Amino acid sequence: MSSHASTSHSTGHAAPQGFIRKYVFSTDHKVIGIQYIFLGLFSAILGTALSMMMRLRLAWPGSQFPLLEHIFPTGFPGGVMSPEFYLAVLTIHGTIMVFFLLTTVPLSGFGNYILPIQIGARDMAFPVLNMLSYWTTVVALMVLMASMFVEGGAPISGWTAYPPLSALGKIAGPGLGAGQTLWIASIAIFCLASLLTALNFITTTLNMRAAGMSLMRMPLTVWAWFTASTVALLAFPVLLGGGILLLLDRLAGTSFFLASGMVVSGKVMTNSGGSPILWQHLFWFFGHPEVYIIILPGMGITSHIISTFSRKPIFAYKAMVAAIFAIGFIGFIVWGHHMFASGMSPLVGMVFSVLTLTVGVPSAIKVFNWLATLWGGHIRCTASMLYALGFVSFFVTGGVTGLLLAQPAIDVYFHDTYFVVAHFHIIMGLAAVFSIFAALHFWFPKMFGRYMSETLGKVHFWITITGVYSIFIPMHFLGMAGAPRRYAQFTEFAYLSKLQPLTIHISWAAFVVGAAQLILLFNIFRSMRWGKRAPDNAWEATTLEWVIPSPPPHDNFGDMEPVVYRGPYEFSVPGAKADFILQTEQEVEGGE
Amino acid sequence: MMNSGLASENWNGGGSPYAVGHKKLGMWLFLVSDSLTFGSLLISCMYARTASSNWPTPFPMWPSIAFASLMTFCLLTSSLTMAFAVAASKRGDRAAAVKFILLTILGGVAFLVLHAREWLHLIDEGVRPWSNPWGSPLFGASFFGLTGLHMFHVFSGVVYLGVIALGTRNGKRSHEDVEVCGLYWHFVDLVWMFIFPLIYLMSVSPK
Amino acid sequence: MLLAPDLPGPLLKLLALFFWALAIATATAFIVHPIWLPENISLNGVDVDQQLNLTLCIAGAAFVIAHMLLGLFLWRFGGKQAGRALYWHESHRMETAWTVVTAVIFVGLGLQGSRVWAREYLTDPPANAMTIEVTGQQFAWNFRYPGPDGKFGRTRPDKVDDSEGNYIGLDDGDPAGTDDITTQNVIAIPVNRPIQLIIRSRDVLHSFFVPVLRFKQDAVPGMGIPVHFTATKTGEYEVACAELCGMQHYKMRARFLVMTDTDFNAWLKSRSQ
Ligand code: HEA
Ligand code: HEA
Ligand code: CUA
Ligand SMILES: [Cu+2]
Repeated sequence: MSSHASTSHSTGHAAPQGFIRKYVFSTDHKVIGIQYIFLGLFSAILGTALSMMMRLRLAWPGSQFPLLEHIFPTGFPGGVMSPEFYLAVLTIHGTIMVFFLLTTVPLSGFGNYILPIQIGARDMAFPVLNMLSYWTTVVALMVLMASMFVEGGAPISGWTAYPPLSALGKIAGPGLGAGQTLWIASIAIFCLASLLTALNFITTTLNMRAAGMSLMRMPLTVWAWFTASTVALLAFPVLLGGGILLLLDRLAGTSFFLASGMVVSGKVMTNSGGSPILWQHLFWFFGHPEVYIIILPGMGITSHIISTFSRKPIFAYKAMVAAIFAIGFIGFIVWGHHMFASGMSPLVGMVFSVLTLTVGVPSAIKVFNWLATLWGGHIRCTASMLYALGFVSFFVTGGVTGLLLAQPAIDVYFHDTYFVVAHFHIIMGLAAVFSIFAALHFWFPKMFGRYMSETLGKVHFWITITGVYSIFIPMHFLGMAGAPRRYAQFTEFAYLSKLQPLTIHISWAAFVVGAAQLILLFNIFRSMRWGKRAPDNAWEATTLEWVIPSPPPHDNFGDMEPVVYRGPYEFSVPGAKADFILQTEQEVEGGE
Repeated sequence: MMNSGLASENWNGGGSPYAVGHKKLGMWLFLVSDSLTFGSLLISCMYARTASSNWPTPFPMWPSIAFASLMTFCLLTSSLTMAFAVAASKRGDRAAAVKFILLTILGGVAFLVLHAREWLHLIDEGVRPWSNPWGSPLFGASFFGLTGLHMFHVFSGVVYLGVIALGTRNGKRSHEDVEVCGLYWHFVDLVWMFIFPLIYLMSVSPK
Repeated sequence: MLLAPDLPGPLLKLLALFFWALAIATATAFIVHPIWLPENISLNGVDVDQQLNLTLCIAGAAFVIAHMLLGLFLWRFGGKQAGRALYWHESHRMETAWTVVTAVIFVGLGLQGSRVWAREYLTDPPANAMTIEVTGQQFAWNFRYPGPDGKFGRTRPDKVDDSEGNYIGLDDGDPAGTDDITTQNVIAIPVNRPIQLIIRSRDVLHSFFVPVLRFKQDAVPGMGIPVHFTATKTGEYEVACAELCGMQHYKMRARFLVMTDTDFNAWLKSRSQ
């Protein structure tokens, strides 16, 4: 970040001096963005490693892994992974991936770095709050990690933490003591950090746009981050409230989620009056919007990249904005589709079902618009574009299985089977992760002034997309056969035992994909030092981040006051000199 | 900065398109979010209440409700003084603003003290988060959970007011800061206006 | 021209081939389906399977068409250099058309599916239905038949005693309970007779899942949730627990026996001693 320091005087945004102020407790949105991305990278490595451990046990349940016994002496007694350790690994895997990878990187990470620049601002509206949010997130991650190593074992109640299991404490079995308490605490802290970030993003987008950056000239990425933040602002507090109540149940002896008359481990419980289903309502009122918090930035990134590398305006910009909003809004009234089998009134289930199918409509509109954007384009084959196309593919593949799950009559068969696991890994695990890959390759030259290796990127793309499809398409069939999720092994049931060969296949595919991620890691760290130097406008793109140096100076725009004259995706304008026109370009030869 | 290429209905950058500064907008957003946190707790407590057949109604008009009304009065008055503080700071009368903020703090502290007494009194009567002498144990859970979170907000508000009072006195805080702080304080007051009827008035003992 | 010259178009054609192959292979796998749902033995399951197949066809068509188009566009426009790309912002006609068509299909599916659901869950069990109580516990399924008097006896949590085999806390003070028949991890039902289950749990959440019946229902402490069905084929099947309930969740299995009336009566009798 040094080469352009000279341009950044004059505006009163003097760059901070000293390592700590500059890189650790920095209030610069760009540094914070990169910090989030590396936090996410660390989480992804951990989460992936955990998923490999799950695949080991699922494929070879009784086998011994003496090496792993060295690392986790209590989790692998005698070298065999214990079932409760399997559940602990599953819980941490899900939590890390959903919260610390997919909520932080696409929204807080890339959003932090790119959003202010794309609207022509010099920083976030609240830089100090931004820094505090980041460090609060770090604390949440540390608390989560601590939960794995406390007395009584890591939490085992899944990323959804349904009570009574999660509320009863040690008495309900291993892994439900202090570890579970820390898990809830971690999530509560995470909620706080996320809603403060969301508040920051919304204020920044509304208040800090440069001259001429009217709402309808904002890149779709900005719309997506803005909407996802709005959703986050309204969803996270509800989980926070639920978390507080769950903590009270555990620590203060209340019974919000605990009914009367329970007998646990032979002991008659004194709780009474509460309802376990209440938690499910609170959790999913947050949880469903959460999946859109995850996917909306990915949709924005995909739109942005597909338009750029098709050299075409995004098709139906207005409809895209409307669809983003519709998804965000309808997302708040469909949470009951996770609860068709919970004992909720069947009539209510019917209403949720129809509402859920409605949310598919704006989603499908986005797919149509992406396809229409490709039509007639001059499609460039960059790694970033490949990942974005992968996103579209995963979104369709994972989305259409939602049509089955959304119907209660069918879902009471598929609920809590591997069909659901396949659904959400494809649409969330893969679509959203591919949007991270796409964004990383796309903005890396802006962040570090160097390209990532295209060749390595493409190799990684091909192995990963083939690999994950061979993990998760077969997984649907496990669900078809009725294999329940969160089973430490399938050997106890006659109808499941015959699925073992498929399970082993899935595990091998998973190991290949896991190993392939090393290519990505290598590419990231290699390119930071030795990548090919990138010019300011690395991809001949149009939005504001490409107007300024790579990497940008501390105050982004230096002496320049950005002024915006046109929409974000002016590619291939007839008669124009080049096939792209920057948003800041005033004169157009030929005309529109 | 106005350029010919810029259509006049377009936004011109800089300050605040909707005539709200960052801090005020940020506070509004926080309050929206916070009201959902309270909302989820309130809804949970109401859910517990409707689901229980033996929800107690232990508060006699005298002294419980009267006492709680006094607390409400303290909080309401402090909202009023806060409004005066904002008005004073708008006039640029910093001394008056500080005076009214201090009065607001007084109201807040009075509320906290009375509330602490109320807690002790109920604990004395045997109310616990997990049980109480009269019926559904969730009564105590709801009471302590909701009022506890609210007290925490009042307490934070008192600290916040203190910081603003200090800053206003030595001229480090602007009028906007006072106004934003006022927003928070009115919100805390408003939340109490939900808790008071739901916890107290709906549990007035029939006798 | 920055990176543009060395951007190989053929790779996009390869991706097009990949998407086509994916669509064809996946569609084939679902049509041939070496692994599928276990056979259906429930009266309602017929409708469920029909709705499932219908939805799969629609979802599959959307999946295949989307990937075919994706591949087609990549094949045609990948790496194109000559001239300019199309400058095309929108088309209201097309947008309206596909919005309306998708809305009709999706909401139509929802309404159709709701009818199947309503028939199963919004109806009362037939008057001659036999009631059986199911109680989940960590990590076993308990079943209770009301016995000759047709009435379940009272249960009390403090009567639960696993060492005496009183898993559900049957209260011996209640005469209605003396003829109740309880079993653990095995349930038998007569074929072709409507059955109503009352699903309960004594500790944490469980979920009563019988794949051959095409439904599952969570067992929630403090609630007794009714479901009803009619099994149409005799045989031995399995009940799984489908809601995470602790370390032995994966082991929580019960045998599910569907018998002829005579066999069932004999079975019940042998249990009542
Ligand atoms: C990013 C995350 C994400 C996204 C976007 C979605 C999107 C959707 N999800 Fe998913 N879902 C999850 C993440 C996500 N989900 C997770 C994590 C769970 C499990 C949680 C747990 O229990 O642990 C879950 C579970 C889940 C369930 C509960 C299942 C169960 O537990 O029983 C249901 C039920 O309705 C559902 C439905 C849907 C629907 C209808 C959509 C829709 O939004 C999908 C809309 C998209 C489409 C409909 C595709 C559109 C494209 C086309 C139609 C192509 C057409 C084009 C041509 C023909 C050219 N999801
Ligand atoms: C983001 C979400 C995400 C991702 C990416 C994954 C990735 C994977 N998951 Fe996971 N999974 C969940 C979210 C995710 N999972 C959730 C929520 C659950 C449910 C938990 C519960 O039941 O409570 C679950 C459960 C789950 C199960 C179910 C277990 C059970 O129910 O018993 C299994 C089993 O195979 C599994 C396997 C895998 C595998 C093999 C991968 C592989 O695909 C791994 C390969 C990894 C990648 C393809 C991603 C690599 C990403 C990066 C390297 C990012 C780089 C970052 C930057 C550049 C910043 N997962
Ligand atoms: Cu019982 Cu899972
Ligand atoms: Cu959902």
